[in-house]
Amino acid sequence: MEYLLFICNDPTAPEYVAAEDNIEEWVADVDSRGLRHTGNRLRPASDATTVKVRDGELVVSDGPFAETKDWIAGFDLIECDDLDQAIEIAAKHPMARFGSVEIRPIWEWEG
Amino acid sequence: MTGTRSDAQLSPAVRKALAEASATQTARVVSTLIRMTGNWDLAEDCVQDAFSRAVTDWSVNGIPPNPGGWLTTVAKNRAVDRLRRSATEASALREVATIQRLEGAASTPDTTDLADDAPIDDDRLSLIFTCCHPALSMEARIALTLRTVAGLTTAEIARAFLVPEATMAKRLVRARAKIRDAAIPYRVPPARLLPSRAAGVFSVIYLLFNEGYSATDSTTLTRDSLAWEAIRLARLIAELLGDLDGASPELAEARGLLALMLFHHSRSASRTDANGDVVTLEDQDRSRWNADLIAEGVVVLRAAGLGARGAARPPGPYQLQAEIARCHATAPDAGSTDFARVARLYEALARVSPSPVIDLNHAVAVAMSQGPEAGLVLLDDLERSGTLDGYYLLPAARADLLRRLGRRTEAHASYQRARELAPSEVERRYLTRRLSETAPAPSPHTKE
Repeated sequence: MEYLLFICNDPTAPEYVAAEDNIEEWVADVDSRGLRHTGNRLRPASDATTVKVRDGELVVSDGPFAETKDWIAGFDLIECDDLDQAIEIAAKHPMARFGSVEIRPIWEWEG
Repeated sequence: MTGTRSDAQLSPAVRKALAEASATQTARVVSTLIRMTGNWDLAEDCVQDAFSRAVTDWSVNGIPPNPGGWLTTVAKNRAVDRLRRSATEASALREVATIQRLEGAASTPDTTDLADDAPIDDDRLSLIFTCCHPALSMEARIALTLRTVAGLTTAEIARAFLVPEATMAKRLVRARAKIRDAAIPYRVPPARLLPSRAAGVFSVIYLLFNEGYSATDSTTLTRDSLAWEAIRLARLIAELLGDLDGASPELAEARGLLALMLFHHSRSASRTDANGDVVTLEDQDRSRWNADLIAEGVVVLRAAGLGARGAARPPGPYQLQAEIARCHATAPDAGSTDFARVARLYEALARVSPSPVIDLNHAVAVAMSQGPEAGLVLLDDLERSGTLDGYYLLPAARADLLRRLGRRTEAHASYQRARELAPSEVERRYLTRRLSETAPAPSPHTKE
């Protein structure tokens, strides 16, 4: 099963402690188990651009699509056995402590 | 799980057999079908079909000696039929494998699809743990558990929760879809997850029990049956966990939960008076307490303590709550309750699962064993901490202790405060009674 992890900022989470941010450890662990396809931090919302096409007209605007704002700070595409394993992976991510991680299953196409 | 056919034509014996099968065999049949087909929707449909077949077959051919086995066989055959009919080129391969598994698994347990670390045991445990998975909403967990483990019909569950049947049906469809689409694994959780997942199962069961426990409106009958379902579910999970590991802390807590609910439910007949008003524990007619439930609770709780692996492990929260309930349940009258023990148990409970409500109950127990002044000191601490602001039972408890000390005016004021905060009419009526009992004495110069 493939899952996309949305690494999110969360204003209600505990204060970020740089010394406790073990992201390299997390990446090394998940990569060594062959469970991660790709993933990365994202530039903040101030660097975002939103694109819409309405009535055939292209509308480009500065900033994020309003609802996402600064929430999505990064992503990881993982592949593992089941949701419990995805939960285990997400739980070890430092942002599970300093933010929140959303696990979204990739839509499986029937062959 | 008797469907929507007319029950009027059923003989009493068949109707009873169907009801029993629905209550006691559904979990077995459903859990087996899910394991064999890997498909909750298919399993649901096939088990429905099997019960439908039973209505006519049992009426004509008599009730089978092993209803669970009969239903499982019929459900499996229906699954094969459905899979054959629906097989498309693309899915044929997967379905063939499933069909082979269904047809081949007469008496040999199927071990090909078990995860490496899953114990080989009752499918029902897998079913229960999956129904109660934290990725499902609480609503979904309750609905799915009642449907597939307790065997209630969608209509019965909808009625119990006062929602339209279509709403409940949709809730169940979405829950099964989430299990499929997010790949929630169908298994007993591995050892490292067992404590938290078991706690999740217990909280579903206890939530169910409390839905049935506190309602006093016109649907009381339905709510009471929810309490019974919760008790049955607790008996089942305790039995299954016992088969899995006779000495686990999870088993001890399952037994604690069961004992707790048995003690609570033993008092249900005495909890309200003829007007539907609250009767406090102190004033309840203990002759109306169900002695059988209390006796079962005592035995179960003793077993919980005995099963503990090594005396070093302290009892968990459900066990402790059950021990407290046992103190009340086994006291011949309110006055002989061992409140000193109750207070000590609340202290232990506060250590394993701290909460201001536990502190409140502790204060009341201290008052009952050491006198109201000792209790008031603790209540004043709680008041100052602000952790129970807005919670009506704090001023209610204060008022009660003040009343016992003869400090009527202060008691009256506190009851007033409690009534302002009371969450519903039932509590307000009780507090109004207390208010009139502690009302200032009429002036000697009042007009006639």
